Amino acid sequence: MAGTQAPLVAFEGVQKTYDGETIVVKDLNLDIEKGEFLTMLGPSGSGKTTSLMMLAGFENPTHGDIRLGGRSLKDTPPHKRDIGMVFQNYALFPHMTVEENVAFPLKVRKASKSEQVDRARKALDMVQLGGLGKRRPGQLSGGQQQRVALARALVFEPQIVLMDEPLGALDKQLREHMQLEIKHIHESLGVTVVYVTHDQSEALTMSDRIAVFNDGIIQQLDSPSGLYESPQNSFVAHFIGENNILNGTVESIDGGECAVRLENGERIIAQAVNVDGPGSRTSLSFRPERVEIEDVEDHHDNALKARVAETIYMGDHVRIRMNVAGNDDFMVKMRFRSNRRPPAAGEEMYVSFAPKDCLALDPVAA
Amino acid sequence: MPSDLALSQAARPQQPQADRAAERAERAQLKSRLRRAERMKQLKAFGLIAPLLLFLLITFVVPIADMMLRSVHDTDLSEVWPRTTAAIEQWEDRTQLPPEPVYAAIAQDMKDSRANRTIAQAARRLNYDANGARTFVMGTARRLPDTAESWKSTMIDIDEAWGEIDTFGAIARASGPFTSFYLLNAIDLEKTATGEIVSAPEQEAVYVDIFTRTFVISMTVTLICALLGFPVAYLLANLPPKIANVMMILVLLPFWTSLLVRTAAWVVLLQEQGLVNDALIFTGILDEPVRLIYNRIGVYIAMVHILLPFMILPLYSVMKGIKPVYMKAATSLGAPPTTAFLRVYLPQTIPGLSAGGLLVFIISIGYYITPALVGGAADQMISYFIAFYTSDTVNWGMASALGAVLLVATMILYGVYNRLIGADKMRLG
Ligand SMILES: Nc1ncnc2c1ncn2[C@@H]1O[C@H](COP(=O)(O)OP(=O)(O)O)[C@@H](O)[C@H]1O
Ligand SMILES: [Mg+2]
Repeated sequence: MAGTQAPLVAFEGVQKTYDGETIVVKDLNLDIEKGEFLTMLGPSGSGKTTSLMMLAGFENPTHGDIRLGGRSLKDTPPHKRDIGMVFQNYALFPHMTVEENVAFPLKVRKASKSEQVDRARKALDMVQLGGLGKRRPGQLSGGQQQRVALARALVFEPQIVLMDEPLGALDKQLREHMQLEIKHIHESLGVTVVYVTHDQSEALTMSDRIAVFNDGIIQQLDSPSGLYESPQNSFVAHFIGENNILNGTVESIDGGECAVRLENGERIIAQAVNVDGPGSRTSLSFRPERVEIEDVEDHHDNALKARVAETIYMGDHVRIRMNVAGNDDFMVKMRFRSNRRPPAAGEEMYVSFAPKDCLALDPVAA
Repeated sequence: MPSDLALSQAARPQQPQADRAAERAERAQLKSRLRRAERMKQLKAFGLIAPLLLFLLITFVVPIADMMLRSVHDTDLSEVWPRTTAAIEQWEDRTQLPPEPVYAAIAQDMKDSRANRTIAQAARRLNYDANGARTFVMGTARRLPDTAESWKSTMIDIDEAWGEIDTFGAIARASGPFTSFYLLNAIDLEKTATGEIVSAPEQEAVYVDIFTRTFVISMTVTLICALLGFPVAYLLANLPPKIANVMMILVLLPFWTSLLVRTAAWVVLLQEQGLVNDALIFTGILDEPVRLIYNRIGVYIAMVHILLPFMILPLYSVMKGIKPVYMKAATSLGAPPTTAFLRVYLPQTIPGLSAGGLLVFIISIGYYITPALVGGAADQMISYFIAFYTSDTVNWGMASALGAVLLVATMILYGVYNRLIGADKMRLG
């Protein structure tokens, strides 16, 4: 992943519209490094699949260019792009056995019969389906079909493997298991993976880097921890992880910090991430686990009055829903400690936080 | 509480036994209750299908069984010439003319049947097998004396046909009650007087050709339907619904007019001064009109037109279920478009192709009206001859035998098809 060499894939100013009216992908600029696991994360309809399809060659960009290894893909038909793909519902050929499915890419590349058998078997072993080669896809469970699709996309050693919500149809437990398995396969083969999902925890688990899509635009491109710790705008803060929002107005900006007057008149110091000048509106973002609860007002800059609305016992922690500065849904996560009694509904207390845990971002409609 | 203990100890060996018996009884009761419930369900199910079963039995199974029976059952002669059919047993050396008693029986039967006007039935039946039998039977009957010393010489004097062994072979073959005559005839074979099976004389051996022609026409029609129907079904399955619906109506349109009207329309269109010839000449494709009707071309055009929907509909319904993602997957795995089509798309359409193919083929085999109206003499299919024997000559035996051979041949073909493609792979929708 050396930043010095040219990226494997480069989207350059790519734009896409299907109907000439709505722009589904607007000005996409994205470099994908060789060997990395890059995830396109975003809500449904944000243009992730479209971007992937343009890379695979099933859709043409309306504008802009996509380069693979420095060469424009404009005139390369999909079957010559050497890009493996795993589809959401696997798209295993129902009339072929598992083995024939996996050998298909080798067969169309006119590999010898023995090589086909050999490599197909190895690929199936890799996804732990060694014994099931003679079955038909219809006789496999969803998870097994998923693995066959994976083996089939990897068997011809493509430069890139694209996966479009490949785990969407699996139940939670299997999905989490497959996430790790795909991650391990990626690590052991060193293949470049472009992965599409709308599930943020899946993206956080698996990726080297995540491109957060919304409205056909990449909102932020960062490592999982980067996205979680320092979201660049309210959308990302809201989409990744849990998040509390308080609206207010910027009073002054001092270096990286700013003073914000909340709607109920309280004033706090926040980290100025994405704010205009003094007087502009802003939305403050708090992670529930980065907020402290105190019985008495500390001599702290950042403490807000709070009233407990509800306490929810979660086993390893307690979630406390409170009313803070007019927000009824302010969630606080408190680690469960035996020496401390969780607050009861109706109790008045304070929440406090460090300025670095309170991000002033672009305003969202309340 | 020692007394309690004693009581329970005394009761213990018995109680489990009682328990077990009760349990067994209960289980038996449960079983019978289940059986009763199941029986009710089965009775209800049977009640629901009974009308259809009865309908099928009466309209389908019985007629086919009757047809099969008629093709081997032969009592036309024995009904009216009972003495003859009994006496012919005495004819042992079949290389010689039969002995006098046989002649006497025939003479007596001829006189009796002439008197009660049933001789025509015997004459007709013998005429199927022996050419000219109708004439010499009627002629001889008219000229028979009341008594004769030797019926043999008397009859040979009246008509020399009575001096030929073949005449008696025909009588023997027609004596019933069962005969292989019609079935053998339907595949161009016959039995000699001595019981050997030989091929029929050339001018009579027509049926194998007609069967072959029937199957060739049906297969050609099926093939043309598949070639023309495949792209249409593909478009129907893949066009946006709005356009596809309009196209679907066009495909189904032929169903809305009667078969006869459609066939008659082709007569108008295809004749030498018809629309099709005019158009071909107008566009300069042809210099002079070609014959498009009363020949094989006309039969193919009209039959394909009528049967095309039967190919398109099952194909369409199967193609509708083939998601476009399969072609994408094949392409992304490195298959060029043609390879992807041949290896991934086409095999998935087999259930539709085979269902449509079978449907068109089976319907074609029984076609009658269309070839009769737009075909020439050499384009008539087997149904034409079956209809001829049932309605023109009232030769039920021959009509049934041809039908039976058609049925068996079709079933053999189906068996071969089943082996090659597998009927379980077939899907109508
Ligand atoms: N083939 C298509 N024709 C027209 N519109 C499409 C097509 N595919 C996707 N769209 C539209 O483009 C937008 C983005 O879709 P998509 O790329 O599938 O989003 P995502 O994968 O992020 O859910 C959606 O509004 C969708 O309706
Ligand atoms: Mg999508």
